[in-house]
Amino acid sequence: MKNNILIIGGGPAGLEASAQLQRMGYNVILIEKDSSLGGHLAKWDRLFPDGVPADEVLSGLIRSTEGVKLFTETEIRAINRLEKSYNVRLTNGITVLSDAVLIASGFDLFNAVKKEEYGYGIYDRVITNADLEAYFKTGSDKRIDHPKRIGFVHCVGSRDEKSGCRSCSKVCCATAVKQAIEVKEAFPDAEVFCFYMDLRLFGRHYEDLYLKAQKEYGIRFIRGRVAEVSENLDGTLIVKAEDTVASKPLKATLDLLVLMSGMRPSASGKAVGDLLEMTVEEDGYFAVRSGIAAGQRSLLPGLFLAGTATGPKTLPETLADARAAAVEIDRYLTEIFPDARNYKQLVRERW
Amino acid sequence: MIYEGKQKIWSEYQKEIPDDHYFYVRSCIRQSFFPASEATFLDITRNVLGKDIFETEHHTTCGGIAYHSDTIPQETVMTIIARQFALMAKHGYENYVCSCITSFGLYCETMETWREYPELEAKIHENLWKSCKLEFAKPKFLVHASDLIYKYRNMIAAQAVRKLVNVHTGEPLKVVEHIGCHYSKMFPSKGVGGAEYPYVLVGMIEAWGGEIVDYPERRHCCGFGFRQYFIKGNRGYSLSNTHKKFESMEPFKPDLIITNCPGCPYFLDRWQYVIAESTGKTYGQDGHGIPALTYEEVAGLVMGYDPWDLGLQTHQVGVEPLLDKMGVEYDPAKKYLGKNGKDLGSPSPCACLK
Repeated sequence: MKNNILIIGGGPAGLEASAQLQRMGYNVILIEKDSSLGGHLAKWDRLFPDGVPADEVLSGLIRSTEGVKLFTETEIRAINRLEKSYNVRLTNGITVLSDAVLIASGFDLFNAVKKEEYGYGIYDRVITNADLEAYFKTGSDKRIDHPKRIGFVHCVGSRDEKSGCRSCSKVCCATAVKQAIEVKEAFPDAEVFCFYMDLRLFGRHYEDLYLKAQKEYGIRFIRGRVAEVSENLDGTLIVKAEDTVASKPLKATLDLLVLMSGMRPSASGKAVGDLLEMTVEEDGYFAVRSGIAAGQRSLLPGLFLAGTATGPKTLPETLADARAAAVEIDRYLTEIFPDARNYKQLVRERW
Repeated sequence: MIYEGKQKIWSEYQKEIPDDHYFYVRSCIRQSFFPASEATFLDITRNVLGKDIFETEHHTTCGGIAYHSDTIPQETVMTIIARQFALMAKHGYENYVCSCITSFGLYCETMETWREYPELEAKIHENLWKSCKLEFAKPKFLVHASDLIYKYRNMIAAQAVRKLVNVHTGEPLKVVEHIGCHYSKMFPSKGVGGAEYPYVLVGMIEAWGGEIVDYPERRHCCGFGFRQYFIKGNRGYSLSNTHKKFESMEPFKPDLIITNCPGCPYFLDRWQYVIAESTGKTYGQDGHGIPALTYEEVAGLVMGYDPWDLGLQTHQVGVEPLLDKMGVEYDPAKKYLGKNGKDLGSPSPCACLK
C-alpha cells in the first residue's frame, strides 16, 4: 500500500522532498498557498556563487515533481492527529488522511520597514535585496536610475536583538557580494560600498566571490554598522556609519541603498504550527527532535520539517535538508509505522 | 520622500493621552530661559480650553541635571521623583504632565527601572517614607506637556486667529521640528511618533497650517547635551553640533524651528549668535537668524497672543521677520518693557546677526 504523505509548502524544500518521496513510491500531496510554485526562489534572478539563473534551478525542481498531486492556492483549514495518521482538511474542500506530514513552510523576508533608521518605505532610494532581484529580473524599477554611488547594508534584521533576531540569516553576506558585483556590471561607473559586521562566507567558492568583488570589481567593504539614513534636498541619501577598522565615523552620500533583509520564521508556517500546537524555539523557528541527529523530525510523531522552517539555510542546504527529510520519512514509514501493534512503543523508542 | 511611509510608522507609535485632570510640574531651565512658555501652557490649557491642570509650589527639580552630570546617586534621584509622584497622588491626581524633556526621560527611565527591579522600587518606598513621610504612588499616565498640546492641537487650530502661513505669499511656513533627545530616543514607545520620525511637533505644525522640513541632520542633538555644555572644555563640541544642524537645514530655507525641550530652543538660538559673530554666517534671510521657538510660543502666536507677552524678546535671534511673515501685529517699542511697563533695557546690537 502506498502511504499518503502531505507536504506543506511548494518552495525549494517542498519541491525537492516531493520529488524524492514520489521516486520512493509514496503518494505525495503537495500544497502551496500561492498561485505558483517556488517561494522566494521564483522571485530571485541569479544565485550565488556561480550566478546560475534561479529560473533554471526552479524549473528543474518543478520538472522532477511529475506525478505529485499538487494543489496551489491551498492552505490547511484544520489538522488533527488520529492514532497514527493526520487528518487534514484543506481550504479547497479536500480532506487528506496522511501517514506523514512534512512542513516545508520556508521563511519570510524580514520587513525592512522595522529598521526605521534606514528609511525603507520612507526614502525613495532605499530598497531591499528582494527589490534589487526583482529589478534584475524585470529590468524596471523607477527608484534605480543610473546610480553612481551604491551602498549595501548587511545584517538588516539579522544578528540584531533590537529587531528581535539574534541569529545570522546565513545567505545575506553572499547575496550582498553577488548583488554588488551584478550592480557593478549593470552600472560600471558606479562606486559600490558594502557595510558589514562580519563577512560570513563559509560555503564553497563564496570566499572566491568575495575576493573577485574586491579585485575585479573594486567593491569597497567597510566594517561597521550603518547608524542612520537621511535624505538630501535632491533625493540623494546621506548614510552615517562607523568604520571600525579605521576607528572613525563615516558619512557618505549615495544614490541608492540596498538593505540585505534577513530571514524570519514564516507567518503561514506558524499558523500551521499553531493548529498542531507545535513547539517553536526562542528564535521563532520550529523545534526539532535533535539538532544534530534528527534535525528533520519535529517533536510530534509523523510530523517532519525541512528547509528554513527550522532556521536560516542556503539553497544547497535547503535541498540537502529536504532530501534528508525524505529519507527520514521513508525510515519512519517502513520501520515504525507498519507495526500497528507496537507503534506507540516504537515511536517512544525510535522517534 | 514617501509621506505614507511616515504615516504608517506614526500609526504604530501612538500613546494614550488622557484628555483632562493633570498634575503639572515645571522645568528648572525653562522657568529661567522661557518663563512665559509655561505661563502660556497654563493659560491655554486652563483658561482657553477649560482643562483641569493643577500645580503646587511644593514640587522640586526632578534631579535630572545632577543625574546626567553624574553628581547624584540613582537612589536619591529616584526618591526625589517618588516625592513628586506622591505629591500628585496627595492632591488627588493620577495623570502627570511635566514641562521638561529631561524630566520626562528620567521619569520614564525610573518607572522602567522600577518595573524591572521591584526590589529597588521597594527601597524607594522606604526612602520616601523615611525622608518625607509620604506614601509611594505612581502616575497612571505620564505625559510631556508637548504631548498635551499635541492632543489639543485641533482645538487650538479651531480657536486660532492665524495660521503658520506667509501672509504675503499665501505659502505655508517651512518649519523645522526638533524634539529633545530624552523625549523618545531612550524609549521610542513613550513618544508620539517614536524616535526616528517623531510626530508630536509635526502634528502641531500640520494642524496649524505649516509645512515640515525634513532635513538630513534632523535627528542630531541640538548641541546642549549635559556633558557637552556643562563642562567648559567641551563647549566647542556643543557649538559644532549646532553648527552641523544649521548647515544641514540651510538649503531647505526654514522660516522657523519648533522645539519641545528646555535646552534645544536655547542652544539653537544662542549658538546662531555665536556662529554669526565669530564667522559672519547667518542662516535666515538677509542676515537674520532662524527663530527657534517653543511649542507653547508657536501655539500662542497662532492663537493671537501678543508676542512680547509670549516672551519672544528673550530669544537672541530676532523674531520680527517671522512675525511680519505671519502678519502678527506688534509694537516694537514695547519689546523690552516688563509686565508693569518698566523699561528692562535693550541688549547691545550684534555685529553680524540682525
